[in-house]
Amino acid sequence: MREPVSFRVFRWVVVLVLGAFTLIPLYVLLSSSLKPLGEVQGEFRWWPEHPTFRPFVDIWSTVPLARYFANSLVVCLVATLFSVLIAIFAAYAVSRYRFRGRSLFSGAVLSTQMIPGILFLLPLFLIFVNLDKTLGTTVFYQTRVGLIVMYMTFSLPFAIWMLAGYLDGIPRDLDEAARVDGCSAVGALFRVVLPAARPGVVAVAVYAFMTAWGEILFASQMTNTETRTLSIGLQSYSTQINVYWNQVMAASLVVSLPIVLVFLLLQRYLVAGLTAGAVK
Amino acid sequence: MKIRLWCASFAITAVAATAACGNGDSGSSESGGGGGGGDAKTLTYWASNQGATLDVDKQVLGKELAKFTQQTGVKVKLEVIGWPDLQNRILAATSSGQGPDVLNIGNTWAASLQSTGAFMPFDKAALDAIGGQSKFVDASFKTSGMEGKDPTSVPLYGLVYGLYYNKKMFADAGLQPPTTWEELQAAAKKLTDAGKGTYGMAMEGGSYTESIHFAFIFGQQHGADPFTKDGKPQFTTPGMVAGVKQYVDLMSDGVVNKSSVQYKNGPEAPGDFAKGKAAMLMSQNNADNTLQADGMKSSDYGVVAIPTKSGNKDTASFVAGINMSVFKDTKNKDGALKLVKFMTSPEEQAILDKPFTALPVVKGGTVNFTDNPAEAKTFADILATKSVPLPLVPAEAAYETNVGNAVNGLLAKAATGQKPSEADIKSALQEAQDKMASAG
Amino acid sequence: MSVDTVETPAAGSTAAAPAPSRPRRRGRRVTPYLLVLPAVVLELLVHIVPMLVGIWMSFVRLTQFFIANWSQAPSAGLDNYKVALDFSGPLGKSLLHSFGVTLAYTVLVVGVAWLFGMSGALVLHRSFRGRGFLRTLFLVPYAMPIYAGIMTWSFIFQRDNGLMNHLVKSLGLGDGESFWLVGNNAFASMAIVAIWRAWPFAFLMLLAGLQNVPDEVYDAASVDGAGIWKQVRYITLPYLRPVNVVLVLMLFLWTFNDFNTPFVLFGPTPPRSADLMSIHIYGNSFVSWNFGFGAAMSVLLLLFLLVVTGLYLFLTSRRSRRA
Repeated sequence: MREPVSFRVFRWVVVLVLGAFTLIPLYVLLSSSLKPLGEVQGEFRWWPEHPTFRPFVDIWSTVPLARYFANSLVVCLVATLFSVLIAIFAAYAVSRYRFRGRSLFSGAVLSTQMIPGILFLLPLFLIFVNLDKTLGTTVFYQTRVGLIVMYMTFSLPFAIWMLAGYLDGIPRDLDEAARVDGCSAVGALFRVVLPAARPGVVAVAVYAFMTAWGEILFASQMTNTETRTLSIGLQSYSTQINVYWNQVMAASLVVSLPIVLVFLLLQRYLVAGLTAGAVK
Repeated sequence: MKIRLWCASFAITAVAATAACGNGDSGSSESGGGGGGGDAKTLTYWASNQGATLDVDKQVLGKELAKFTQQTGVKVKLEVIGWPDLQNRILAATSSGQGPDVLNIGNTWAASLQSTGAFMPFDKAALDAIGGQSKFVDASFKTSGMEGKDPTSVPLYGLVYGLYYNKKMFADAGLQPPTTWEELQAAAKKLTDAGKGTYGMAMEGGSYTESIHFAFIFGQQHGADPFTKDGKPQFTTPGMVAGVKQYVDLMSDGVVNKSSVQYKNGPEAPGDFAKGKAAMLMSQNNADNTLQADGMKSSDYGVVAIPTKSGNKDTASFVAGINMSVFKDTKNKDGALKLVKFMTSPEEQAILDKPFTALPVVKGGTVNFTDNPAEAKTFADILATKSVPLPLVPAEAAYETNVGNAVNGLLAKAATGQKPSEADIKSALQEAQDKMASAG
Repeated sequence: MSVDTVETPAAGSTAAAPAPSRPRRRGRRVTPYLLVLPAVVLELLVHIVPMLVGIWMSFVRLTQFFIANWSQAPSAGLDNYKVALDFSGPLGKSLLHSFGVTLAYTVLVVGVAWLFGMSGALVLHRSFRGRGFLRTLFLVPYAMPIYAGIMTWSFIFQRDNGLMNHLVKSLGLGDGESFWLVGNNAFASMAIVAIWRAWPFAFLMLLAGLQNVPDEVYDAASVDGAGIWKQVRYITLPYLRPVNVVLVLMLFLWTFNDFNTPFVLFGPTPPRSADLMSIHIYGNSFVSWNFGFGAAMSVLLLLFLLVVTGLYLFLTSRRSRRA
């Protein structure tokens, strides 16, 4: 199709504005992480005058970054695993069965997305604390287990919704055929349906992982020195005897890189999953 | 594969299900209270973070607690908790009854925490068991709880505010350390050179705790108490307004770097002072730690009491510091009291005050955290003669947040170029007071 | 890296409602319940029960005097709500202020994020040099952990050493000594950060939506002589309606409940101009230890979201049925 001048102008404007808007902070992040402390404390400069990799070395000793990293990794991976698994079961039920309470279930699950986190933060705090008291030992409050239980639930509603949409698009004949061949419902799900739904599953996994990796509100109350995750741990660079902006930037870069790369590699799946859910 | 997945999902379901059931009856079994993390033989002790890092604290305290176990046979499980966590942990412990046996609290919370009823009151017998009320420095002991009730905490580490000044900058300008507030203002003005980025005074202008501390201290200088005798807030009395104004005017007058309203983490203002960007710093004595970490020697700075406007009351600080409390539900009250006695013994105070830059809270102790005798004497004098405790009312915690945030707002206003008038200050304080009243 | 290599089965599928599986055995009737059980249990434990507890909390006087014995806290009746909704009282007034700030913030952030996302999607839907790179670049802010992005902006907005003041000064727009994180500027700063983070999500959804518009429709339109803008107006936007309905709702809920942006930028007590509801309630509960009052404000927030969402879904579904 021929593009009128107006559209070409529009494209230039959009590319320039959005490109700069996106890129400038990323550039600041990168360039500041390569500056010595003195340079990030003075007036802003575009270029590091004395570029150095020291911040990337120092971040590990200024705060226990490795521990935060390990905590985040364990919590997010386990939470993602369970969230995806549970979402698969639920989505399969919603997509393939008509059962009493089906629409209530899907409606209720999705509407939990509306509950402001702050409403159930306080009760969850009390519930976890009192559960531990009942159990006589610390299982939930400020532990990794507690975080995992929360985080896998946070991504669940959207994951179920997205996956159910995806499964709806997979021909029913596929699992009916497997059932005729003698598979159980779950057998059909794992042997036939899931392989066909792999993009949707990957999309849900990426979403669940990102949700957990970036969570702040609950981490601020439900972790302690030992179980602190990156989202709160990263803020401790500013409570040291100096505010180490170069290290804050370096650490932000380090914790962002793996997830950004994974996301960019898998984004096409996420797009597919999102569309499947949205246009259902 | 399939089976493993099913097992996993059932396992988690089972955990979650028992969890849900547990919740059901937790409400009813509430008042019983499990209490006391450890068994009867082992005490659990939550220590606040006083030294440079949590690990330093663990080492220092670990060594001392080993002594305690040797002397008494009581084992102690130590956990050092950073400040950002401490309040939440105490809150969780309070609301579940599942806490340590012994713990440290910021002494300004003493009355607020006392009102929760979760802490053991130190009656006459308990006080005698730890060596009697008379062993404590009087000023410090006043922070132990509400007046007229058995205290629920006893002092452990003492802290007070002092005015740090950069000796070289003062000498270069031909100035003496100020003895009145007017002199301080004049010196601050003289030492400010905004073009060069040096200012008369450093300030942690985004920190609501610092703001409330100074609002209180300067209010006291003007003879104003934030609460009436029966615990009602009275934030808008002329003295209170004048006190806040005295603090905020430092910002309005331009002797503080405007950027300091962004400072809220604690190290920034001492950092400015240590780097010679500010000639004076009003801070608690544990600033020594930060200043020396920033490369200052104890001979580079001097300390005097924060001065007062001519004719005003000579209050230079409130009695800051750390207190020690015992959880009511402890299964080993004897052991807990022994630990309190041990930690507040003159010998241990002498050992612990050094790494924790604290003032002794028992009589006869000497200030040993600094090798600068003048500084030591100044801080000891301030604690003994020029300090009053923050109000010991249950609403103290709410007072800190409401008034502290109000003062922060005023500082931000001053920094962005609108000098807050007395009327502005009064209405901000009125709002804070109204919030207290309707929160009930 | 391309979006269109993965087929989106739902788009082409005609199976709108799942066909009923005829129950042949008793087991089959139980199966769906077993399948949803783990999800139901988790939702109950983490969302539903805490929400109910939260609603209960809003009716009791849960202050510091009762947290040690919170099951015995005295009933407050509707007092917490009365205080929150008494807009002439100081607490109600500050809640109303916070609500206003949140509303303005939401409208601004959702509006601009959608506009940016739509523009980006329209441009990148058509091929040109550098498209692949830009598409990847645009997604980075969304992929980054929230706090990493916000902390970068927080550095940019620092008064003395930040990029923002440097730009202002070098472009001659001011003296470069403004505060961006204090006072009234804080609102704009916070909105910029949120837009930076939210628009790539809109972009992602809309780009995916655009790929589901069949080419034949465009072809037919260009034969009819419709220009590119007309096509956007009369073909693209209507086709994107279902995506937009969901997208705007999600952006609305996320932005209205936003806690992360103010918390990372300002800490637990943000400046007045940036006092969003979530953090306002957080401060009133955890900093002031007045949990009953905090819960009442949370319930009011939830009610508001319920009403708005219900109304929104009602209106959008009615319109699409008519269409």
